[in-house]
Amino acid sequence: MQQIFNFIFKNSNRLLFLLLLITSLTLVVQSHSYHRSQVVNSANILSGNVYEQINEIETYFRLKQQNDKLAQENAALRKLLFNQKDSVFNLPKDSVKGYDKIEVIQSKIINNSYNVPENYLTINSGSLKGVKPDMGVISSQGIVGVIEKVSSNYATVISVLNIKSKINAKVKRTNHFGSLIWTAKNAGYVQLVEIPRLASVRKGDTIVTGGISKIFPENIPVGIIDKIYMDTKTNYYTVDVRLFNDMTNLNHVYIINNKDIDEINKLEAETKPNE
Amino acid sequence: MNSTLLFNIIRFVFLIAAQVIIFNNINLFGFLNPYPYILFILLYPVNTNKSGLLIASFFLGLTMDIFSNSGGVHATACLILAQIRPAFFRFAFGLSYEYQTIKINDRLSPERFTFIFISILTHHLLLFLLEFFKFDFILDALLRTIGTTVFTLLVSILIIYLFKPTKK
Repeated sequence: MQQIFNFIFKNSNRLLFLLLLITSLTLVVQSHSYHRSQVVNSANILSGNVYEQINEIETYFRLKQQNDKLAQENAALRKLLFNQKDSVFNLPKDSVKGYDKIEVIQSKIINNSYNVPENYLTINSGSLKGVKPDMGVISSQGIVGVIEKVSSNYATVISVLNIKSKINAKVKRTNHFGSLIWTAKNAGYVQLVEIPRLASVRKGDTIVTGGISKIFPENIPVGIIDKIYMDTKTNYYTVDVRLFNDMTNLNHVYIINNKDIDEINKLEAETKPNE
Repeated sequence: MNSTLLFNIIRFVFLIAAQVIIFNNINLFGFLNPYPYILFILLYPVNTNKSGLLIASFFLGLTMDIFSNSGGVHATACLILAQIRPAFFRFAFGLSYEYQTIKINDRLSPERFTFIFISILTHHLLLFLLEFFKFDFILDALLRTIGTTVFTLLVSILIIYLFKPTKK
């Protein structure tokens, strides 16, 4: 017993080092391995408050730009309102009912990151405003990411510029589905993979979110096709997509709450064991 | 002793604040950010209790991880740097370093430069290897290590000169 104590006492620094090293390495491996595994994140009172203060100051320098963006969005929405008057009246009842399934929460990005392979954003609304993990986040120009961790007043968003992110998307013109991923090369571009070979995609086609995802509603803009590669191993197209969003300059965002998501999840959970 | 502790706490808070508010938002060429916050580990008093340094470095890194959503990457890199700091002292200043009083924040001599450079390089290499974490990105990690090391080195030396004790 004496010897054990002596050993611990003599090597206390080394033991402390090993203990801390194991702790931190566990955190590293965990955060790299799968979704929603981050224990250490910026959705907390300390960093949330600090980022909110910094953002308060920063926004003053971008007010004009943001106002222009909002005005543009208003113009686009107004155009929609004026031009589609007839079709609104003629919409089938079900799809009108369908519009109520989606709730939109307004929020603001207070911390942005885009230059590492795993990028996360921090936003200033949390569970008190009804934000939950796995909700979609979009800006007026296109998709931004998916909610990852939530605290009472803040939340972190896994950006589309994150190698762990995978979002269902389609080519608007031909309706062929693929998965949106990021290869960590360029902050202005994402990749759409697994587009079947028989799809006749062209440079300049618009990419929008697909209807399969329960996170994003259908037809939210993503970007346009910039380059098309043929994957020789799998006979699928890989497409470089130029994002509509400037991910390096984001401020106002909308969180999409699909009210049916609990019901869908419950159904899927019940179905899976039988597969 | 008590004033050293207080001084180190102030340095901890100041460096973290400077890192989060200023240096994390520089994005030179779109991807280079200096990390001068590790000056805390480099400037920590030489002849003091080592466990204090280990714990302080771990929490220094963890705070950075909280702010940058990076898992435990900064904590690991800082912890390892704190552990092998004595070896770097021996490498840069010679074997008898414990008997002379080393001051890092003083005029830049070749020994001090060697020590600061090798520490920053080690920390950044660990940081980016852990952050990129995949063999596909090993070239990116090395490239970023080199770029960021140069950048951090410049900023660190500037900070040391700016806050040099004005006695004498």
